[in-house]
Amino acid sequence: MSDQTNRKPENGAFFARDREWHAPALTPGYKTSVLRSPQRALLSLDGTISEITGPVFGHSMIGEQDNDLIHNFAKPGESAIGERIIVHGRVLDERGRAVPAVLVEFWQANAGGRYRHKKESYLAAIDPNFGGCGRAITDEFGQYSFRTVRPGAYPWPNGVNDWRPAHIHFSIFGHGFAQRLITQMYFEGDPMIWKCPIVGTIPDKRAIEQLIAPLDWGNTIPMDARAYKFDIVLRGRRSTMFENRLEGN
Amino acid sequence: MQELGYLKETPSQTAGPYVHIGLTPNFCDITGVYQSDLGTEMVNDKTVGERITVTGRIFDGAGAIVRDAVVEIWQADSAGLYNSPSEMRGAADPTFTGWGRCATRAEDGIYTFETIKPGRVPFKDGRTMAPHISFWIVARGINIGLHTRMYFPEETDANNSDPLLLRIEHRERVATIVAARNGSTYTFDIRLQGDKETVFLDI
Repeated sequence: MSDQTNRKPENGAFFARDREWHAPALTPGYKTSVLRSPQRALLSLDGTISEITGPVFGHSMIGEQDNDLIHNFAKPGESAIGERIIVHGRVLDERGRAVPAVLVEFWQANAGGRYRHKKESYLAAIDPNFGGCGRAITDEFGQYSFRTVRPGAYPWPNGVNDWRPAHIHFSIFGHGFAQRLITQMYFEGDPMIWKCPIVGTIPDKRAIEQLIAPLDWGNTIPMDARAYKFDIVLRGRRSTMFENRLEGN
Repeated sequence: MQELGYLKETPSQTAGPYVHIGLTPNFCDITGVYQSDLGTEMVNDKTVGERITVTGRIFDGAGAIVRDAVVEIWQADSAGLYNSPSEMRGAADPTFTGWGRCATRAEDGIYTFETIKPGRVPFKDGRTMAPHISFWIVARGINIGLHTRMYFPEETDANNSDPLLLRIEHRERVATIVAARNGSTYTFDIRLQGDKETVFLDI
């Protein structure tokens, strides 16, 4: 965290997760969840030091092209095919505070909806210049950004005619292991969003809206790439003013 | 009255079957983008502590092996300190990351971590927790990552007074989060659903 601000590291426990806001484990419309969802109640525990701490990754780990999916797998002088976009945003916590110096990883299908993965058998073509992975570390204001091509929708074997909306998967670290989050970003105006059983695992429409990135016209680069803004909110943490009983403090 | 004004947490979504593209690209043959997959090396020659191997498989509610999961672990060093800015008690071993990531193998679903046995860390009320490793599991079909812990079978006394293990009302379920030991190898199988379902945590 050497390249961060001089603010004190936080060590309060996290706000309890609102599990009515998140999808429940068992969502039969998304068939794979039926056998992969626990049936017993979760054991609830206010965060201990094992949960309020978490790994930190240095900026030095990040390669120059790690946040440029148009080029980071492409042959020299070539680039991925598709609609060029920039995706950017801030990582905040529930208190609205920036979450600096955290790792954000993202992965996606190519412009035709095809993933570069051996278990994927969709007949849309692989793009020889597109790998589909990227990563960034948030700056002191919690900001991240990357360049990519807009992914295509793709069919999947759930219902007989289920298609995923265009989406980008996100994996986000916070400052504590209990903030660990994986989610998916969708695109403003995509009619597929409201037909998707995976989107539909989330019960509250307002929560779904939180996953839809608006077109960010202001940040669109003329003659180059359009922009989408996707802010991510991690769990807030309590201030530590009345929490001084962690042994050793 | 003022609005409370807090934001809502971004809702989780499944990691999906192609999670490897993003988290372990070299594992799924996307090479040349990152030098190596993150979290594959937790220790080096200088790391202090007893070397152990932690391995296991994940089973679904029909007893089938889950071959497309990614497992992450987080643990203290051998002195019971976390390598994290939120660790206020002292500096952890700088040669130990404390964090590992491993995909379950497509052939047999096995995950493996080469790590060290963690020291004990305090609970909030001053009691001491038994040595443990925190686990986080994501996969296709799992809508929100599952947290659990692995405890060590030889730590009988510590386990018997561990604040989390004592909270488990159905005592036969304690065994689901204690690994099986064979020399320096600990096998920790995770059962997502049904008989002997692993105790998962809301933390």
